[in-house]
This record gives sequence, C-alpha cells and structure tokens, in this order.
Amino acid sequence: METAFTPLASLGGGLLIGTAAVLLMAVHGRIFGATGILSGLLSTRITQDWGIRASLLIGMMAAPLALLLLTGKGPVVQIPIGNLAIVLGGVLVGIGVSYGGGCTSGHGVCGNARFSRRSMIATLVFMAGAFLSVFITRHVLGGF
Amino acid sequence: MRYLTALLIGLVFGTGIAISGMINPAKVLNFFDIAGTWDPSLAFVMGGALLVAIPGYRLVFRRQRPLFETGFQLPGTTLIDTRLVLGSLTFGIGWGIAGFCPGGALPALGTGIPQVFLFVGALIAGLLIARGVKMVQSQRQAAHAS
Repeated sequence: METAFTPLASLGGGLLIGTAAVLLMAVHGRIFGATGILSGLLSTRITQDWGIRASLLIGMMAAPLALLLLTGKGPVVQIPIGNLAIVLGGVLVGIGVSYGGGCTSGHGVCGNARFSRRSMIATLVFMAGAFLSVFITRHVLGGF
Repeated sequence: MRYLTALLIGLVFGTGIAISGMINPAKVLNFFDIAGTWDPSLAFVMGGALLVAIPGYRLVFRRQRPLFETGFQLPGTTLIDTRLVLGSLTFGIGWGIAGFCPGGALPALGTGIPQVFLFVGALIAGLLIARGVKMVQSQRQAAHAS
C-alpha cells in the first residue's frame, strides 16, 4: 500500500509533539512517554499520579475527534496487516518497551532532547529493529 | 486544574500524532520499507519534535521546578545494558510488524477502529508479561541472596 510523502504535515505534527513534551515538563515535570503513561495506568492504586496519566490518555484519545471537528476530516488510519500480525506486534512492543524502558516518545523525543546516551542507543536499536523487521516481513517472507 | 492541563497537553500530543501520520500504520511501515514503497515523511516527525524539544527543555530546566510540582521527575538510570538493547530491539521488531508504537496507538484509540483496540490489548498483555517475568526474577534474586 503506497502512502503519499507529506513532509509539511509530518513536520507540523512533529512540532506539536515536541511542544507537548516541553509543556508536560514545564507544567508537571514529567517525561512524555506513552509507555510510561500506559504502564503507570496498569496499577490498582488510584493516586493523583494515576489521575494525571488518565487525563493525558483521555486528551490523546480525544485528538482524532478534535481534528474532525476543527477541519472536517479525521486522521487517516490504514492497517495493511492481519489480526495475527497486530497481536504478535503488540505483544512484542509491550515486552520490548518494558525492558527497553521507553518507546518513540519517551526515548526518541524526550530522552534524545536531553541528550541521554541511553535514549540515543535505544533509538538507534529500535529503528534498526523496525527496518530489519519490515525488510524480513515484506521482502523475505513476502508480506504478512 | 492539574488534570485539565494534563488533558490539554495530551490533546496537543495526540493532534501532533494524528497530523504527522504516526497514527497511520501504513505510513509507519512504509517509512521502514526503503526497499519497497518507501515514504520518508516520518523522519520529519522526529526532526520537528526535537526542533522544539531540545531548546524547549533547555529553557524549562533553567527554572527551579515545574509549575505544579516540587521537582522534575527524570529517569535516574544511565545504565546501558543488555536489557536496554534487547528490549529496544524487541520493540523495534514488533513496531515493524504491527506499524503502531505506543504513542501512535493511544491517540488512534479515539478513531474507534477495532484493530487499534486489538493492538493496545496485545500491548498491555506484553507489558504485563514483562512485569510478571521481572517480578519472578527479582524474587529469585532475593531468595538467592538470603
């Protein structure tokens, strides 16, 4: 499935992601990591911390609707893979980000922005892993 | 007030994810498919985010503390070990299979598409599996030490 090259929209979206990361640090003193937010919600203790994570999640989930109301067009989400691949990918992502201590937002944006060596290495490794994985699934195995 | 600011910051993040294309697995997978239907757009996402976050963090860390808290919560560990490398590699492989990373999938839940819920369910299962294994490991280590 081909997708159009969208440098301006992607840059604009990236600027917003960076802005959210800076605001969360300035206001709440936290790293904006999707892994940490979700993982912290999987706790039975309901604290103020839990409430902040839940609010962040609700805000994130409201974005497609907000975009639809503002522009009349919701985001494009195309899923070119089967359900088995979704589940396999999801479980691997969950285990990986737990051991790796973060994902694209936590390491890739926030960690790299404060020049954490740990995050720089994590980013290089997960990008390499994804390139390798796509190459194998699409060009060696011939697609999922 | 804290919850309202967090909600709005989440909304800014989610809107960025939606506009940028990170919300779209087809686009993410094409970013990694240099040998096939390559779409380099997503390089602009991390580029744009860092363009704001690098100078933004500098300004924020000049302050004594964040607006609503007594201090900044930053990861204390600087350890580069096999856990970090193998964990990140596993994440990358999963990302290349499904096309969603956690930051892309959470805002995508708002579209109501069932496969996104399937992915997030599997993601939570993976987080809990890792948590369980870590717990067993640390209990074994504690038993070994005593």
